Amino acid sequence: MAGQAEHVTTDELWGGNRSPFSVSYGKMMMWFFLVSDALTFGGLLTAYGVIRHGSSDLWPVGEQVFEALPGLHGSYPLMYVALMTFILIISSVTMVLAVEAGHRMDKKGVVKWLGLTIIGGFIFLGSQAWEWSHFIHGSGGGFQINQPMTVTAADDAGNTYQITLDNGSWVHMTSDFGHKYEHAMEAAEEPVSHDAHGGHGEHAAAETHEDISTMVPEEIILNKYTLEHKDGKDLRKLVVKGDDVKKIWAAKEEGSMAFGANMHKNEYAIQQQYANFFFFVTGFHGFHVFSGVLINVIIWLMAIKGVFEKRGHYEMIEKIGLYWHFVDLVWVFVFTFFYLI
Amino acid sequence: MERDDLIVNESYALNAKHSEEAGKQIRKKLYAVTILLTVITLVEVFMGVAFKRNGTFTWEAIKLTFLVLTLVKAAYIVLIFMHLGDERKNLKYVVLLPYALFIMYLIFIGLYEGVSVQTGHNIFG
Repeated sequence: MAGQAEHVTTDELWGGNRSPFSVSYGKMMMWFFLVSDALTFGGLLTAYGVIRHGSSDLWPVGEQVFEALPGLHGSYPLMYVALMTFILIISSVTMVLAVEAGHRMDKKGVVKWLGLTIIGGFIFLGSQAWEWSHFIHGSGGGFQINQPMTVTAADDAGNTYQITLDNGSWVHMTSDFGHKYEHAMEAAEEPVSHDAHGGHGEHAAAETHEDISTMVPEEIILNKYTLEHKDGKDLRKLVVKGDDVKKIWAAKEEGSMAFGANMHKNEYAIQQQYANFFFFVTGFHGFHVFSGVLINVIIWLMAIKGVFEKRGHYEMIEKIGLYWHFVDLVWVFVFTFFYLI
Repeated sequence: MERDDLIVNESYALNAKHSEEAGKQIRKKLYAVTILLTVITLVEVFMGVAFKRNGTFTWEAIKLTFLVLTLVKAAYIVLIFMHLGDERKNLKYVVLLPYALFIMYLIFIGLYEGVSVQTGHNIFG
C-alpha cells in the first residue's frame, strides 16, 4: 500500500482548480466500472429478450418452474425467489447503514453493519446454490411425443378436457416416477459404475431390479411449465390417467427424455436457450455476489484493524457499497425478467 | 506513488461527514426506502402468482406494470442507496445518459430483431 501523503492539493491530483465531479478518483472509477458492468448485464438480458421474442414455441412460465421450497413438498410459486430478493434488499440496506455510520466516523457501526451485509451475502449465495441444484435436478423430467393424438386430461377440480397434442409436444412425468425412471436409465446405461453417483448410488443399485422396458408411469402431466391459460380456462398441470398414459408413453421420442437441466437438455422448455440463459445470467450475477462478499470481507477486516479510522475517512465503504448496491440492482432486473414476466 | 484518496480540499466531498442528528434523519429515510422496496417486491410476487397470462390486453398491462415497478425499484436503489441523487448534476448525467441511450437502442434493435425472427419462423416454418 502506498505511503500516506496528508496534504495533496487539487492541482497535483487533477491539474485543474477543482474536481469536476466533486468525487474522488476512486469513486468516479467505481461508477464508470459499474456503468460498463451494467452494459454487460443489459446486453445479456437483452439477448435473453431477443431469443424469447424470436421463439415460436411457448416459453416456460416463472411461477410454474420455480415453485419449490427446501424441505417442503407442494407448490409455493415464486416464494423462494421472493425470499432471495428480500435477503438481497436487506443486505443492501445494511450496507447503506454501514456507509452512513462511516460518515459519522462510527467504527463500531461500520463493523456491525458491514458484518451483517457479509452474512446476508452468504445467505443469498447459499440460496442460489440450492436453487441451482433444484433446477439441475428437476422435478420428474419430461419427453416429447412423436405422433399427434387427442387425450383426456383432468385438472385439480376434476374438470376434464379433451387436449390435442401435436407431434413433438412436450409432456412431463410425476416427480416420483420420473426420478425412478431416471435412475433406471442411468443404471441401464452404465451398470458397472452406479457407485459413482454419490447420494444416488443406493437408489440406482436398488433400481437395477426394475426393468426399464416394462416401466410405465401411472400419470402424465400436461402443460407443467408452459401454458397457463387458454380461452379463459386454466389448463395448467392437467393430469392424464389410464389408457391415454399408455398411448403417450408408446409415442415417446426416446432421445428427447430430459431430467432437470444441463447445458444440452432441459425438462422445462423445448428451447435449450432457456436453461442456458438461466445458468449464464444467474451464474454471472452469482459470481458478482461472490466477489462482492470477498471484497466486503477484506474491507471489513480493514475496518476492524482501524485502517480507515487512521485514514480519516470511510470512503472505501462507500466504494464497495456502490458495488454491492449494483449487485442488488442487477438482481432486481433478473428477478423481473426470469421469474415474473 | 502517492495516495489519491486522501484529500483535504472541500470540493471533493470526500470527507463528507455528518452529525448524529443528521444521521438520524438519513436513517429514517433509509428505513422508509427499505419498506417501500419490500412492499413493491411483495406486490410483484403477488401479481406474478395471481394473474394468469393468456395473451390478452390484461397480461400486456400487467407486464408493463412489472416493468414500471422494476424501474421504480431501480431508481430508488440508484438514487438513494447509491446516493447518485445527491451527487453533482454532471456526474449524474455522465453515468445515466450514455447508459440509458445505449441500452434503449440495444433493447429496441434486439427485440425488433427477435420479433422478425419469429415472424420468419411463423411464415416459412
